Amino acid sequence: MKSCLVVDDSRVVRKVARRIIEDLGFSCEEAEDGVFAVAACQKAMPDAILLDWNMPNMSGIEFLEKLRTMPGGEQPKVVFCTTENDMSFIQRAIMAGANEYIMKPFDGEIVATKFSQIGLI
Amino acid sequence: MKTVDFDVYKNMLYEKSGLVITTDKSYLLESRLAPVIKKWNIPDMVALTDKLRGIPDKQLVEDIVDAMTTNETMFFRDQKPFDKFRDLVVPAVLKAKGPNCTIRIWSAACSSGQEPYTLAITMKENAAKWAGIKFEILATDLSKEILDQAKAGKYSQFEVQRGMPIMMLVKYFTQTGDTWTIKDDIKQMVKFQNFNLLDPMDQFGTFDCIFCRNVLIYFDQPTKGKILDKMSKRLAKHGTLFLGGAETVLGITNSFKPLEGERGVYVHSDAPPPAK
Repeated sequence: MKSCLVVDDSRVVRKVARRIIEDLGFSCEEAEDGVFAVAACQKAMPDAILLDWNMPNMSGIEFLEKLRTMPGGEQPKVVFCTTENDMSFIQRAIMAGANEYIMKPFDGEIVATKFSQIGLI
Repeated sequence: MKTVDFDVYKNMLYEKSGLVITTDKSYLLESRLAPVIKKWNIPDMVALTDKLRGIPDKQLVEDIVDAMTTNETMFFRDQKPFDKFRDLVVPAVLKAKGPNCTIRIWSAACSSGQEPYTLAITMKENAAKWAGIKFEILATDLSKEILDQAKAGKYSQFEVQRGMPIMMLVKYFTQTGDTWTIKDDIKQMVKFQNFNLLDPMDQFGTFDCIFCRNVLIYFDQPTKGKILDKMSKRLAKHGTLFLGGAETVLGITNSFKPLEGERGVYVHSDAPPPAK
């Protein structure tokens, strides 16, 4: 079973995302900011990461930049999932090594399409 | 809605567009025609039905047909047809016509433009590999309103998210707030034209590939057959027809046969089997 880490400071969003991702056949872990996400990745590198941008302590983009320098950190497919919908944010995410980008609000179909296009399902 | 009233719409839609509506879809009439009623300042459905008896206003009829025939679409819808276009269709055309040919494609019910633009983007993405090939994309739809939308190439955040990979969004669109507009060099690759599939198709010449996905489902069997027979005359011998996943030619026409092992892909019934 493939694994996915959902990183979002909103418990509601994590719950919605978890349900979608489990339906796609993934096991799911949650982290409430970038710091917790780093810890989770040090413990076990997931196959996929669904990543919010704005979070306390460590933002999504800071986390992604750190992740890509970690041992094995180039492996996970990272999909941003954020209310930040400006082209400049998207470009910055791609530069930092994001594989896909979802602009909130999102639904199961969007997540499934994006996961499929980057070869996760 | 009373049966006699329903029949007014049923007959009019069939005559004008070939669209078949059954009584179990009568709820669609009310929901889809609500904007038309508002636009024309008509108090309710009963009043609208009255207006349609006798000799109705041409523009009103057109608005109703528009509202009832517009259907959902998305970029890279189903993905597979576009992969097959790249991996099967283009090589087959090159084999038949040589390396510096023009490949003509018809998107036969293009709706708000996602399908022809996806094809244009596919061509851009493969530009290096396909240098020397000239592509012509004709995109037609019954609805003038939806064609205007297609020509403008403006999409909401929700629409672009459904199917468009983020790298391509960044490459081929410009952003104004929540609106994403397809860039001019992609727009210029597509020619849009208002066209009813029930009309003669001789004006269009010959295509190497026809996309007619998820539109035949709205017609009855004899009408489907007529449309497919006309299309077969517009498709080159080596040509390919794409239908929607839920559509088939079986029992409808003898002009086409499915391409073995390729769902939704059809060729002329007398076409030789593809070289393995």
